[in-house]
Amino acid sequence: MKYSYALPAGLIASSILFAGCGDNGNNNKGNNSNNEAAATAAATNAPAVNAETSAAAADFTSAIEQYRAYVIEQSDAFVKQTEGFTDAVKAGKLDEAKALYAPARMYYERIEPIAEALGDLDPNIDARENDVDPAEWRGFHKIEQALWQNKTTNGMAEVADQLLKDAQLLRAKVETVDIDESLLVTGAVELLNEVSSSKVTGEEERYSHTDLYDFVANVEGAQKIYELLKPELAKKDPALEKTIGDKFTALLAELAPFKSGDGYVSYETLKEDEVRKLSQNLDALAEPLSNMGTILGV
Amino acid sequence: MKKKVNNLYDNGQEAIEEVKNGTKSGQIFDKKLSRREMLRLTGASGLGLLLGGGGVSGILAASGAVHPAAPAPQASSEDIIPFYGSHQAGILTPAQNFLCFASFDLTTSSIADVKKLLQSWTTAAAALTSGTLIGNANENPNLPPSDTGEADGLTPSKCTITFGVGPSLFDGRYGLASKRPSTFADLPAFAGDSLDPQWCGGDLCVQACADDLQVAFHAIRNLARIARGTAVLRWTQEGFQRTGGADPKGGTPRNLLGFKDGTGNPDVTDAAEMREVVWCGSESPAWMNGGTYMAVRRVRLRIEVWDRSSLSDQEATFGRHRKSGAPIGATDEFAKLNLDAADPAGKPVIPPDSHSALAHGDGTVKMLRRSYSFSSGMDLTTGQLDAGLLFISFQKDLVKQFVSIQKRLAKNDRLNEYMVHTGSAVFACLPGVREGGYLGEALLG
Ligand code: HEM
Repeated sequence: MKYSYALPAGLIASSILFAGCGDNGNNNKGNNSNNEAAATAAATNAPAVNAETSAAAADFTSAIEQYRAYVIEQSDAFVKQTEGFTDAVKAGKLDEAKALYAPARMYYERIEPIAEALGDLDPNIDARENDVDPAEWRGFHKIEQALWQNKTTNGMAEVADQLLKDAQLLRAKVETVDIDESLLVTGAVELLNEVSSSKVTGEEERYSHTDLYDFVANVEGAQKIYELLKPELAKKDPALEKTIGDKFTALLAELAPFKSGDGYVSYETLKEDEVRKLSQNLDALAEPLSNMGTILGV
Repeated sequence: MKKKVNNLYDNGQEAIEEVKNGTKSGQIFDKKLSRREMLRLTGASGLGLLLGGGGVSGILAASGAVHPAAPAPQASSEDIIPFYGSHQAGILTPAQNFLCFASFDLTTSSIADVKKLLQSWTTAAAALTSGTLIGNANENPNLPPSDTGEADGLTPSKCTITFGVGPSLFDGRYGLASKRPSTFADLPAFAGDSLDPQWCGGDLCVQACADDLQVAFHAIRNLARIARGTAVLRWTQEGFQRTGGADPKGGTPRNLLGFKDGTGNPDVTDAAEMREVVWCGSESPAWMNGGTYMAVRRVRLRIEVWDRSSLSDQEATFGRHRKSGAPIGATDEFAKLNLDAADPAGKPVIPPDSHSALAHGDGTVKMLRRSYSFSSGMDLTTGQLDAGLLFISFQKDLVKQFVSIQKRLAKNDRLNEYMVHTGSAVFACLPGVREGGYLGEALLG
């Protein structure tokens, strides 16, 4: 914001000076801001930022540190839960494996953008059928297909071992993954985009229909980032900060009725209008959230 | 990249010359200069300058300022339909080539949010109809651009955006119940209706018309985006008619049944008649003074059946000749409908149950129709085309005008054999907005 607006204004000034229009040159500051106001008055729910407020560069060190700690904590739990799940698969305990599947995945879904930044880990862990070459398909969804569609754990021992290894590799790599403020900002939006492109449609968990677990986890992961950036956001654009907070609340309230015990109901039980409403609430949140980039200096 | 820089340089030189000669210098500081033009001028001249100084690549990289490379086509004045005025545009405006219609449901429970939405929509509509980018974040690399950009560089294409509020806005949610005019309610059920809730109702509507479909779509898309969190799309429909390019003489457009549609419309240039037929006056609540009521019916045409009927059946259905559009027995499209004319055997020349005869009635009740054809792919059940007419009419009194005519039609119209009404909505199209004001100010202010 600061850069792009300062730029045309500065350019007007230099053009004018170059052209030797002394009168305008003397006045150009006031005139420019008028022009800017007129030209940019169009209101949208994009954040109202101006050059002044974005001048001081924000310090994200603490937010980044806290986020790394969160990622480590989530991946620790992810490895542990995945181990429980893969043990059950290998022991041929079909029902137990099914029960452990979705809760384990939530730890992953909360930090998905990080995994995506780590090369092949995301497809190895989370690819769905058709995402990759059939010969290379592995990970959670391959086991999901075995458990729910083929109703067996047979033949899955190797896949389970590999999955656990991939989870451990993820845990090792998050220690050193590069995290900067723009990864936080884009990561939050990506988490919600994940929801709208595959969870809302029920494509993610096409055999188990546990999409709501992923849905909730993605939203929680985005919320965590929002919480960490909130102080900075409150300084720069308090209205945006409040809007995002309100929309998180609204979306979580919309999800609440679908809770069932420790988990969530099958996505198949949702009616068309319930899905649409979730999707609309998600868009209502993602739109303002996508403007969090306003806190980034250029 | 290289080519772009060269272009920039050329534009830059030109702009500098203009400033030097004083031809554009006044305009640069003229508030009315569009944002797009301003960027073009300032960006181009400034970059040209900096190029001289050797710093252009860094600036381009930092700002992402590619605007100057593609100077916007100069919008001629006949390409812009002013948004501000005592009435909203898009009502008397001769129908543009394309329509994008959207009905919205409010999701907020706060009337303050509704007001804020209409304020944002007002500002955005003023930008959209003048061909300027929406919002103030189109250059920031860290933010999604506030304008979605697909109309960047396009002319305004006579874009009009017309806003209305539905009867449901006056239910209990916003404390507006007492402001609802008594005749403003959902339409009654008519004989033969086959309404699908998917095509009915809405708290708000936006009718975007333009001579370019992308421009019209851009308007709806951006208004829906601005509404996110306050209102959601309920239904949308795109519409078309023959373009001005395909019909340079600008004759009455034909609907998908092949008949001229609009011949019998009142004269929009006759201000007295428009006050009589279209515009609400002081008899209305203040918030509707200068507004009008819109009836929208999504009518699926059974075109396969129609295509199997003889020309004489088709003409008897409308009471008009297909080729000329003239009433049966006449040769001039605009000849008066003579419903008393009879053949030697005493049979009316224009069948009394023809669409024109029934819709015309005794000629005392009129409305302004501004419909568009639609084609929504195919009906997967029947394998037939899902096409028809998005019937839109404007009138000052829904009950006296639309309802009374549609009651007659629903009962007896020969046309009913070839169509089915699948969607229905009514909206109070707000009075026009003065610069500095906002849509619905008198209702919500
Ligand atoms: C798919 C549905 C419809 C089609 C294809 C259609 C088509 C036509 C055509 C071809 C004409 C004759 C030309 C003209 O005067 O413009 C006409 C006239 C008219 N139609 Fe329709 N129409 C439809 C639905 C309606 C509806 C729902 C209404 C109102 C309730 C309506 C009201 C009128 C009126 C008022 C006239 C002018 C009659 C006069 O000469 O005074 N039409 N329509």
